[in-house]
Amino acid sequence: MANIRKKGKKEIPEISTASLPDIIFMLLFFFMATTTMKEVTYMVDIKVPEATELQKLEKKSLVKYIYVGQPRRDLQRQFGSETRMQLDDSFGDVSQLEEYISQERSSMKESDQGQMTVSIKADQATKMGIITDIKQALRRAYALKISYAASERLKDY
Amino acid sequence: MAKKVPGINAGSMADISFLLLIFFLVTTSMSVTSGLSRKLPPPLPPGAEQPDVEINKRNVFVVLINSNNQIMAQGQLVHIRDLKQKAKEFILNEFNSPDLPTVTTEEIPLLGKVNVTKDHVISLQNDRGTDYQAYLEVQNELVAAYNELREELAMKKFSTHYEALPEEKQEAIQKVFPQKISEAEPKNYGGNK
Repeated sequence: MANIRKKGKKEIPEISTASLPDIIFMLLFFFMATTTMKEVTYMVDIKVPEATELQKLEKKSLVKYIYVGQPRRDLQRQFGSETRMQLDDSFGDVSQLEEYISQERSSMKESDQGQMTVSIKADQATKMGIITDIKQALRRAYALKISYAASERLKDY
Repeated sequence: MAKKVPGINAGSMADISFLLLIFFLVTTSMSVTSGLSRKLPPPLPPGAEQPDVEINKRNVFVVLINSNNQIMAQGQLVHIRDLKQKAKEFILNEFNSPDLPTVTTEEIPLLGKVNVTKDHVISLQNDRGTDYQAYLEVQNELVAAYNELREELAMKKFSTHYEALPEEKQEAIQKVFPQKISEAEPKNYGGNK
């Protein structure tokens, strides 16, 4: 029996790799469609504070960002080194925040408007004064769901 | 004389698309933004004064952070390391101490009769000069206190991690330990704005 089998040993055909590009392209398109590119170009330097009890923000389309920090090094000649707030792609003032939020809200789907979350991405060294102002402005704009952006702390202090 | 056009070799196609794939994997930010979620209180109607809510003094846990990032809890200077423990003691009030919030026994579905300090409030106040990192660390410790209490209760009652519990059980536990961190109305302590 064994002898016969040995004699009849067939050559294993090579696996066709012709469909490999297609598979990879599919993966590629999947990643292109699902991942979002960086939301904006930062005009401020931000190193978010560290924390341990983090929650993930689930729906990206429901999240609006406010960036707070010192203007980037190369922009400091123009804008100074005072802590500033960035909305979308330009510097904004806290007084414009209320209007900005209501504008953003009206551009959202009506069913999502109540679930809008504002993520405050602020630098570690920011003073609370400006954050408090932002919080008050958000309250007036009825954007009550907020999230303080932070990164996971790895080491225990 | 028509020449035979040779077929283009598609063997490297896979490599090219692999390269593209890796490029996208590296450049796109998969990192989901995470942070500490909070809910702000609704705005006061214009012109209205801050209402004086009668809260019994024993039910309030006051945390102050000054511009030197020092923390004062219940009138004492505390280190950030000890804040969580202090907050946990306050929220739980295990031995029904008269200095800590009032304990009431409540019937909560799935859990039965539980001692709850339902009127407690943690009031967090900060100076305009406080560093954001310090402020967030305090917030973090307070949230951690709640999370640990919830986890302990989940382990005790259901012997499962809180995160792994079904939603209705999580809700029941949340009823025992509702997060009550109030970020107080800003006060200007003298200094210029």
